[in-house]
Amino acid sequence: MERRRARSRAAWRRRRLVLILMSPWLVGFSVFFGYPLVMSAYLSLNHYDLLSAPRWVGLANYRYLFSVDPQTWTAVRNTLWMIGVLVPLQVLSAFGLALMLARARAGVGIFRTIFYLPALAPPVAATLGFVFILNPATGPVNTILSHLGISGPLWFQDPSWSKPSLVMLGIWGVGNTMIIFLAAVLDVPRTLYESAQLDGAGPLQRMRYVTLPSISPVLLFAAVLGVIQGLQYFTQAYVAAGVAAGQASQAADVTAASLGYPLDSTLMYPVLLYQHGFTDFQMGYASAMAMFLFVVSFAVTLTIVLNSRRWVHEAGR
Amino acid sequence: MKRVAMAVALLAVALTAVGVASGAARHRSSPTKLTVWVGWSARELSAFKQLAAEYQKANPGVALNVVGSINDNKIVAAIRAGTAPDVVSSFNSYDVGIYCGTGGWIDLTSLMKGSGISTSMFPATTNYYTQYGGKKCALPLLADTYGLYYNKALFKKAGIAGPPKTIAQLTADAKKLTVRNPDGSLKQVGIDPFIGFYENVPERWILPWGGTYTDSKGKAHLASDSAWGKWLTWQKQLIDWYGYDNLVKFQAGLGDEFSASNAFEVGKVAMNLDGEWRVAFIKAEHPTLDYGTAPMPAANPSLYGSGYINGTIIGIPKNGKHTPQAWNFVKWVTTNTHALAEFSNAIKNVPSTTASTHSKELIPDAHFATFLKIFANPKSGTSPIMASGASYTNLVQNFVTKWQAGQVKNLPGGLSTLDKQLDAQVSQAKGGGVP
Repeated sequence: MERRRARSRAAWRRRRLVLILMSPWLVGFSVFFGYPLVMSAYLSLNHYDLLSAPRWVGLANYRYLFSVDPQTWTAVRNTLWMIGVLVPLQVLSAFGLALMLARARAGVGIFRTIFYLPALAPPVAATLGFVFILNPATGPVNTILSHLGISGPLWFQDPSWSKPSLVMLGIWGVGNTMIIFLAAVLDVPRTLYESAQLDGAGPLQRMRYVTLPSISPVLLFAAVLGVIQGLQYFTQAYVAAGVAAGQASQAADVTAASLGYPLDSTLMYPVLLYQHGFTDFQMGYASAMAMFLFVVSFAVTLTIVLNSRRWVHEAGR
Repeated sequence: MKRVAMAVALLAVALTAVGVASGAARHRSSPTKLTVWVGWSARELSAFKQLAAEYQKANPGVALNVVGSINDNKIVAAIRAGTAPDVVSSFNSYDVGIYCGTGGWIDLTSLMKGSGISTSMFPATTNYYTQYGGKKCALPLLADTYGLYYNKALFKKAGIAGPPKTIAQLTADAKKLTVRNPDGSLKQVGIDPFIGFYENVPERWILPWGGTYTDSKGKAHLASDSAWGKWLTWQKQLIDWYGYDNLVKFQAGLGDEFSASNAFEVGKVAMNLDGEWRVAFIKAEHPTLDYGTAPMPAANPSLYGSGYINGTIIGIPKNGKHTPQAWNFVKWVTTNTHALAEFSNAIKNVPSTTASTHSKELIPDAHFATFLKIFANPKSGTSPIMASGASYTNLVQNFVTKWQAGQVKNLPGGLSTLDKQLDAQVSQAKGGGVP
């Protein structure tokens, strides 16, 4: 009996220690995630303009979101386009670069630095640079193309080229993912390759049966992170639209009228959410948009993670 | 012992007297601190601070702390947090519907009445854009007035005698003044009607066509107001004459609007819709530019001479701690003819009371005089003040940008859908949900 009580006391002490050690995270999680999430859910059911008290409107914000707001589905389509095109291309290019760098014999450090450097550029500065480089009238890219007899596209000024231009910007700054892939590729045991080679496996088979399974957890990580970042895609689209619309000197102060320029082609869901919440002061409606984004992000991540059990090989599993 | 007690008592009385006296002096010499938030920065902020100093000198009972570079986001955040200043101002009137409708800025009606300030001191347009829903929650503090800038040297070269007054003349002159490169791209443009270019927004272009946004019941009626269809058809035809892609590429190569490489200032655009402040910019950046100013050409001769007006508004946020003192300052800065004329001279905006537009203190300038006349014109107009704030006109602009790109095939149908969307947006902003 006494021994059981002592065990119980020891268990409680352990639990208390765990709780104490976790408390900074618990406080942060509650204050910066739990509370805002609950408040967002509550405000999404209210008319709230930030200046007067919230007023209960039930599902009216959701009805407006899904059935009336003319920009909702445009923003959803643009965001899905970016996820569908940018994420696979980012993963592929990061993986490709990592493979090349893993095989490099000379100047490894220099190449790693060169390919990683763009990731250090702040997103606003990188976007400004891309918009100026791709300026259809004065930018160096179209100038070079015209010397070659090619009439360059309008890039960020053309709705059919604005998203591909953002994709190029995204691939240019793929350094962080590349470093993670490089670490994973270099971590694959050489013995596995040697065994495969002895079994007669060619380069493609070694890639298919050794490299990919070994780095599959990293692939999963890159895919999930890419999708979540895609759903939150904001800065580059916001700045590019403002600058391309003709506000080069006011990049940080884009007016609502130029959001999504040109022709709503860069209007991403988070950009629209920001506009409604902080420019139009419709925080109740913006909260409904945020809740929808939260549900979609959660569902997509869950789907990827559940599906990953079929293709991700965890060590020791 | 008695002497000691007497000495202590006397000392105590003396110290108390000194304390009371110094406290009274301190009370007399400590003025009420008023914090004033404004949107201006740099040179314009200095001019406003100078004006504030003049007020302070005449009113030693207050000490003004002027804070510049403020936008509507900061104003709303401060009101929410209960840390709003005593006086706030916004660069434009788009959000008046929100400020008045929510009570974020207090209704000035009773204060105006108590001070004998009548709305008749201000032109009708400025009265319109400083109220919403029967609440007068702001007053105008200088105004921006829009007209046509034209390059006289380019006009002379093209053999055009004077500024266009009708839409037909505007179209003909624009084509005459346009110069193309050998490959067909644009080298110089007569007038750029592209919505989104510099100051081009629908509410400034529709006025010379006589278009309005709502009917007598407050419902959007762009589809049934023929002015909208006429303006949009004219605008698209001119854009197509330039070539949509040509125009986009031309604009991409132009300098920033608020820089010395502004397209009108460097002669890339021969005519341009712009605000009165450009007069000061040209004087500072291209003093030798041979140009003129005129009202925008109008579809109806009776509208010629009018134009678009908007401008800085000033008010008092709710929960203010020094409302009477704040009101005294607001009253002085918005109605004192000398103050308005002085500030107008400094930042070259239009003074916002009828009396101040005739002030002898205004520095005469032929270019600027055009805008004073447009401001005083009873047919001049402004943006619609709606519960949904700036998002109302943004939705219209969004439609027009699609139209000018050729994405709207059925204009009447498109305008009809837009009307429904605008009404739904207003209903949503009022908290009424989907109508």
